[in-house]
Amino acid sequence: MQMPTQKTMTRRSEPIEPKMQPFAQMMKNNIRSYSMVVALLLIMLLFQFLTDGILLRPLNVTNLILQNSYILVLAIGMMLVIITGHIDLSVGSVAAFVGALAGILMVQHHVPMTVTVIISLLLGAFIGAWQGFWIAYVRIPAFIVTLASMLLFRGLTMVVLKGQSIAPFPKSFQNISSGFLPDVFHGKNLHLLTLIIGVLLSVLFIWLEIRKRNNAKKYGFDVIPVTMFIGKLVGIVIVITIFSYVLATYEGIPNILIILATLIIAYSFVANKTIVGRHIYAIGGNEKAAQLSGVKTKKVTFLVFVNMGVLAALSGLIFAARLNAATPKAGNLFELDAIAACFIGGASAYGGIGTVSGAIIGGLVMGVMNNGMSLLGLGIDWQQAIKGLVLLAAVAFDIYNKNKAS
Amino acid sequence: MSQFILEMRGITKEFPGVRALENVNLQVREGEIHALCGENGAGKSTLMKVLSGVYPYGTYSGDILFKGEVCKFKDIKQSEELGIVIIHQELALIPYLSIAENIFLGNEQAKRGVINWNETIIKTKDLLEKVGLNESPHTLVGNLGVGKQQLVEIAKALSKEVKLLILDEPTAALNEDDSENLLRLLLEFKKQGMTAIIISHKLSEISKVADSITILRDGKTIETLDMKKDHATEDRIIKGMVGRDLTNRYPKREPHIGEVIFEVRNWNVYHPLHNERKVIDDVNFYIRKGEIVGIAGLMGAGRTELAMSIFGKSYGKKIGGQIFKNGYEIDVSDVSKAIENGIAYVTEDRKGNGLILMDDIRKNITLSRLNKVAKRFVVDENQEIIESEKYRERLKIKTPSVFQKTEKLSGGNQQKVVLSKWIFAQPDILILDEPTRGIDVGAKYEIYTIINQLAQDGKGILIISSELPEILGMCDRIYAMCEGRITGELKQDEATQENLMKLMTKTDRG
Repeated sequence: MQMPTQKTMTRRSEPIEPKMQPFAQMMKNNIRSYSMVVALLLIMLLFQFLTDGILLRPLNVTNLILQNSYILVLAIGMMLVIITGHIDLSVGSVAAFVGALAGILMVQHHVPMTVTVIISLLLGAFIGAWQGFWIAYVRIPAFIVTLASMLLFRGLTMVVLKGQSIAPFPKSFQNISSGFLPDVFHGKNLHLLTLIIGVLLSVLFIWLEIRKRNNAKKYGFDVIPVTMFIGKLVGIVIVITIFSYVLATYEGIPNILIILATLIIAYSFVANKTIVGRHIYAIGGNEKAAQLSGVKTKKVTFLVFVNMGVLAALSGLIFAARLNAATPKAGNLFELDAIAACFIGGASAYGGIGTVSGAIIGGLVMGVMNNGMSLLGLGIDWQQAIKGLVLLAAVAFDIYNKNKAS
Repeated sequence: MSQFILEMRGITKEFPGVRALENVNLQVREGEIHALCGENGAGKSTLMKVLSGVYPYGTYSGDILFKGEVCKFKDIKQSEELGIVIIHQELALIPYLSIAENIFLGNEQAKRGVINWNETIIKTKDLLEKVGLNESPHTLVGNLGVGKQQLVEIAKALSKEVKLLILDEPTAALNEDDSENLLRLLLEFKKQGMTAIIISHKLSEISKVADSITILRDGKTIETLDMKKDHATEDRIIKGMVGRDLTNRYPKREPHIGEVIFEVRNWNVYHPLHNERKVIDDVNFYIRKGEIVGIAGLMGAGRTELAMSIFGKSYGKKIGGQIFKNGYEIDVSDVSKAIENGIAYVTEDRKGNGLILMDDIRKNITLSRLNKVAKRFVVDENQEIIESEKYRERLKIKTPSVFQKTEKLSGGNQQKVVLSKWIFAQPDILILDEPTRGIDVGAKYEIYTIINQLAQDGKGILIISSELPEILGMCDRIYAMCEGRITGELKQDEATQENLMKLMTKTDRG
């Protein structure tokens, strides 16, 4: 997973006073994102302890990924929406509607899976465009437009399903959510391919980091000291290794994890490195200033909602595949989980601030808590109440930090 | 010697990076009209904000004595209770409420939380009569002109049983008739025993109404003059305000003026909400290479509206007219096209429209032309840092690094970031809207130097400014604007404050 490592370079040639140690500066810049990682680890440790080690058992880790995948997919899209200063309340209903459509196509009309998936994603894009039109061009507040869509698509879901569930899906479709990468090496107790992918990932990561460091040196920027750099690499490699080992002792890498990882990397890249990413942040930071800087604010906002529609559709497909049914109740309250994930992960309710990795961490905090509390046998009622408090605490902590900084 | 109603002793107020007031003293006698003079940024408004409790006790040092008693105001409410009422430069009325509701806002005529509307209306009628405003108390404030709104503000002040009325640039936005009316009103109130402090740039007004005058310069008290005893002529006041050679305030420049680079023909713009209201009326002007052209006009003359409508049609509706660059008509129908065609607009509202305050200097500088530091659609951050560092050094932005968030910078440095951003966009024509508003004298000089350098590089520059000395000191050619029309054009050597002012207030058609 890519951390939001904001560069903390200052030019070496400049005598700057008071010069902060790169590490201290880095911690200061990233206190929010690091503190959420720390919080996530603490929550994991807590439940690991409370559940007598069940939480991090291979089976449960795999379950964690499968259970939360559709929320994480939504959270990625929601983060972009929130960064632009909007909100999307309709994603749960849209996911349900798309799931229903997929069920009708595949189960009732025997349309091939690939075709269904493409049609579903296009439908998501179309729904996103519908909302984006009202929000970006007609300038109706997103809260109202997506509230309307939430009702609209929930209703339409029930209409097309006639209030009933559709099942079962073909095996190939179920595999999206419940399948694993086949082990081409046929390991006995361990899933060898998973371990090999883990090693390859470590190597790739080290290579990328070294290249980045050399690049920075070439430009004459300050870089973190060698010892710390190596420490960072070792730390990440250990995490990757442990994670892939844990997965390898069960069934290996779930298909859904591949999809998730691809999305996280792609969207982090778009948000951090590309022009359109910059424009998204600029719109959330100050729409008027962005517009007067030549940012096509309406078009970018529109596209952010189109993207949200596609991800909502994907989430609906993943959920339908996992449940192996299209139901009228699918996706209920997903929007709130996704929004909560973004805010726990450091998004600002006023727009302009937030990272994709933050949304993932926020989503995992919620996921681990759900999972841990379920393992403890806590009822859904208490789970809900506790999650509410966690959301409030996370945002309060954020605001406290900001006030302290200024 | 009559008694002082107000004494401010040794007031010092600091903002991050700027000392706005340094050991300022002000003494106002009971029943007089006391004028407070000084250039923009001299600290007049800051001093009045200290007095009225906008900056609460503890954020400044020094003493305030009102009627001989030391005051430690925590907020405006406390100073208002004593009868000190300030009317700010920017009117603080709520357009969707009626005159009566505005006047008694926060001071509702109520019993146990229930408003007595009859009493409110009767009192409002009374107050409106006093200020000579012939409007129904039920009229929405948004439907009134600026002059009448000013009168509503004064009526509001009167409703609070004001002892000391402070007016911050009360006539800046008013036409001559309304200004005249307001000043007459002030003299009337004086007869009834009210004390007033008036802040104004318009020296002719001051010599008309003021009894004494305190001059501030660079946050310090320079002198207090008695208008009669000291024979305080306008020249005498200017000398105190400026204090140094006027020519020193603007860096020297040898203009190298070339061909016409930019021309606007028959430009017409309508108000975005009121379809029939013409905001810009058949404006024609041109800028030559290496030339600095000024647009002078009072508030509401349509200067910003003109600039923004040219810059990617960012203001107004039904925009008509043609724009030429180097003799060819160009398309400026949206901002990115305007930027591509080499136009840059530096906004008057740098916090609201210019900067993304939560972002760092680097991201702000590159935003308008990200593709300059990008390969295809991927931003090269290293390249971006190098580029923005260049501007930090060249424009002397005082900050430890380009990773500093722009909200933490002083006004002058923020303005330099905005300028950097637009120089980075490599324009041929720069429209600078109030380029030195709200920044201190030293930073002003630096910004003037940058502007001169840009002209020297062969760019065409258009400066919009409310400060006539700035226009006169910087520009090779000056257009005067009034009510959406260009009312005159003067070369630098023929322009004076007086003849410009005459053009700026030329309201009659034809």
